[in-house]
Amino acid sequence: MSSQEETLLGPYRVLDLTDEKGLLCGRILGDLGADVIQVEKPGGDPARSIGPFYYDDPHPEKSLFWFFQCMNKRSITLVIGTSEGREIFKQLVKTADFVIESFPPGYMSSLGLGYGDLEKINPRIIVVSITPFGQKGPYVQYKASDLTTWAMAGPMYLAGDPDRPPVRISFPQAFLHAAANAAVGALVAHYHREVSGEGQHIDVSAQEACSFIAMEAPAFWELLKVDIQRAGPGRDAPLPKGRARIRFVYPCKDGYVFYLAPSVALMARANRAWTDWLASEGMSTEHLKVMGWPDLDLAQLTPEGLDMMQDTIGNFMMNHTKAELYEGALHRDIPLVPVASPRDVLENPQMRERGFWMEVEHPDLGVALTYPGVWAKVTEAPLTGWRPAPLIGEHNEDVYGKELGFSKEKMVTLKQAGVI
Amino acid sequence: MENRRVFERVKVAEFAWVGVGPMVGRTLAGWGATVVKIETNATPCPLRTMGPFKDYVPGPNRSAFYTLPNPNKYGLSLDMHKPQARELARRLIGWADVVTESYAPGAMKNWGLDYEEARKIKPDIIYYSTCMQGQTGPHRLFRGYGTHMAALGGYYHLTGWPDRPPAGPYGAYSDFIAMLYGVSLVLAALDYRRRTGKGLYIDLSQIEAGLQFLGPVLLDYTSNGRVWSRRGNRDERACPHGAYPCSGEDRWVTIAVFNDEEWQSFCDVLGNPKWTKDPRFATLVARKENEDELDSLIGEWTRKLTAEQVTATMQAAGVAAGAVHKASDLLSDPQLKERNQFITLEHPEIGSHFYRTSSFKLSKTPEELVRPAPCLGEHNEYVLKELLNMSNEEIADLVAAEALE
Repeated sequence: MSSQEETLLGPYRVLDLTDEKGLLCGRILGDLGADVIQVEKPGGDPARSIGPFYYDDPHPEKSLFWFFQCMNKRSITLVIGTSEGREIFKQLVKTADFVIESFPPGYMSSLGLGYGDLEKINPRIIVVSITPFGQKGPYVQYKASDLTTWAMAGPMYLAGDPDRPPVRISFPQAFLHAAANAAVGALVAHYHREVSGEGQHIDVSAQEACSFIAMEAPAFWELLKVDIQRAGPGRDAPLPKGRARIRFVYPCKDGYVFYLAPSVALMARANRAWTDWLASEGMSTEHLKVMGWPDLDLAQLTPEGLDMMQDTIGNFMMNHTKAELYEGALHRDIPLVPVASPRDVLENPQMRERGFWMEVEHPDLGVALTYPGVWAKVTEAPLTGWRPAPLIGEHNEDVYGKELGFSKEKMVTLKQAGVI
Repeated sequence: MENRRVFERVKVAEFAWVGVGPMVGRTLAGWGATVVKIETNATPCPLRTMGPFKDYVPGPNRSAFYTLPNPNKYGLSLDMHKPQARELARRLIGWADVVTESYAPGAMKNWGLDYEEARKIKPDIIYYSTCMQGQTGPHRLFRGYGTHMAALGGYYHLTGWPDRPPAGPYGAYSDFIAMLYGVSLVLAALDYRRRTGKGLYIDLSQIEAGLQFLGPVLLDYTSNGRVWSRRGNRDERACPHGAYPCSGEDRWVTIAVFNDEEWQSFCDVLGNPKWTKDPRFATLVARKENEDELDSLIGEWTRKLTAEQVTATMQAAGVAAGAVHKASDLLSDPQLKERNQFITLEHPEIGSHFYRTSSFKLSKTPEELVRPAPCLGEHNEYVLKELLNMSNEEIADLVAAEALE
């Protein structure tokens, strides 16, 4: 990082006690320039055992999951469950601005480290708690995983093929939504604290965070008493003239493309462009003109009309590759994109042109790895100076020795006692 | 404790539409900011043209979809083709602390309202631009939604069954990621401006922010050359791990078993039928090898029960399980009720209907949603008179010029 004052959150410190349920919150604050100290147990946080791994070697310093969630953080080892560990943690809280934790509700309080305890040490402190369901309520003792959270939050029922069970996204997402929402909550509280001097406690629920993704689906029930169904490579569309299935995913010569024009304006524009494109390749659209295409919009369509339109476009797609279709669509302002695999994502020319990917040196591995990079371009205080995730306890000396002034002897004693 | 609103002195001029842009104003307005949402009657926010509509009847003020990102905001209609409207927009920028916009790149510049112009009017303005693929680069003009970016960013490829075409995720998925990065950034920028007196410009590409939730998948490709693909509900760390059929219409329960202890508890709940002792299911590795068969055996047990029964018995035994909620179930879910996820406001055309609160609850300064989303141009008079202190004559001139449409 350049000088602290020049980054967005340069002056602030975060103590991060989370496991995989909350790691991304600290990562986001770190990206914004905060000094984020991951507090791990000796031997490393359990999230270091989550794959994938560099060269498939399941070593705690080689988890790619950890690498990504803990970039731009520092690491100290500390067992807050020991009495000495607690005291050291309290000492750190005095100069910290945020504490983030993802323990089961009540655990921090049972250690004497709940918000009420920490507030007495530092009234400005903001404590962020990230849990599956929040700090109280009927599900608060429930065990949860990505899958069960996604299911109970709503987005799962809405995805998958109608003749098979609903599906989640094949890379776990639920707690990433919780953690990123936690970052937003932390910064709302932060603004209040900087204006008023008052800290507070923030209670984040992963179920609630993920329920937001179902967005307007419950409104279909509230207004029309319709439950949206999963519709495979498309979407269930309750129309005034019946229930239609809007196709999104169309097979083409070498894979799949995604086409959707959901708004009135976009569909009118796209239908005109399709008419010209199809005609330019000798495909007749006379039957579509009869039904009023290209001036239709979704609200006026019948399910049969929609099918006819989709079949015509679908036949056209089969004659082309993903690249041809995307190129043609970009030309004609048609909202069509390839269904990209991770490899395709890396090859995407737009993100390459923008310098999205970044090389991050891993001195211990002797390599630079390519990361999905800077997620926004900002003038004045750009997001720069990205550092790899820390090794286990990499910053013990900086924090305990240089900052807290622990002697070598004291550190050896604490290490032997299993505290750091 | 008296009513203290975190952002009560913050003013936002929102030229943003759909989801990622307006969530900045939505979050700030939830904690007291004054947010003016600027729309044009001829081409209003596209969400106004998407359902669900009250009684299936389309109309700009009848879409519940539109209302969700927009409570607590004031609605101003401006026909940006009119010079008087653009002049008024400049005045709003001078009034504001934050400008948000999410049009295709170039639109704001065409109206003389881009960052370079805005900072001449208000040197410390925080100016947030978000679009599909960023303000620069060959595909910057692509117009679409988060659904498209979910496909272009890999989420479609990763959702569904290995033997079938991609099948999801639902909705404008990358919106729900990018908006969190965008809001965080603007909040951090507000603190930066408070400390330094400096404004700044933000270019947030929805796909670039949206890809942050696939970091390890992308690193697995760049480091190991592995290309992830969709795999139903399978997970290499857990077995059983899936959605199982239950009694009722299209009812499912999810179960996730990560270790031997949980497996034993799981078997106990089932009453330890003979097959649970089969060596083919004894260890995680063995279960993974025989997962199809295991899943169908579990399904035979679950289909006699309701999803709620399976959830309750599994949870009592310490096994992660949860019913697959339909959208209608969310409205009555007791845990979401506990957290006031859905609150009700009275909308002039839709009537009494729900809005969503934020998933982070602040102990001392709670979020307050008090006004429904604005109808088109609903607050023209309020904005001009009360916020910009314009005289009746000035307003009459704008009306005569048809600028407020």
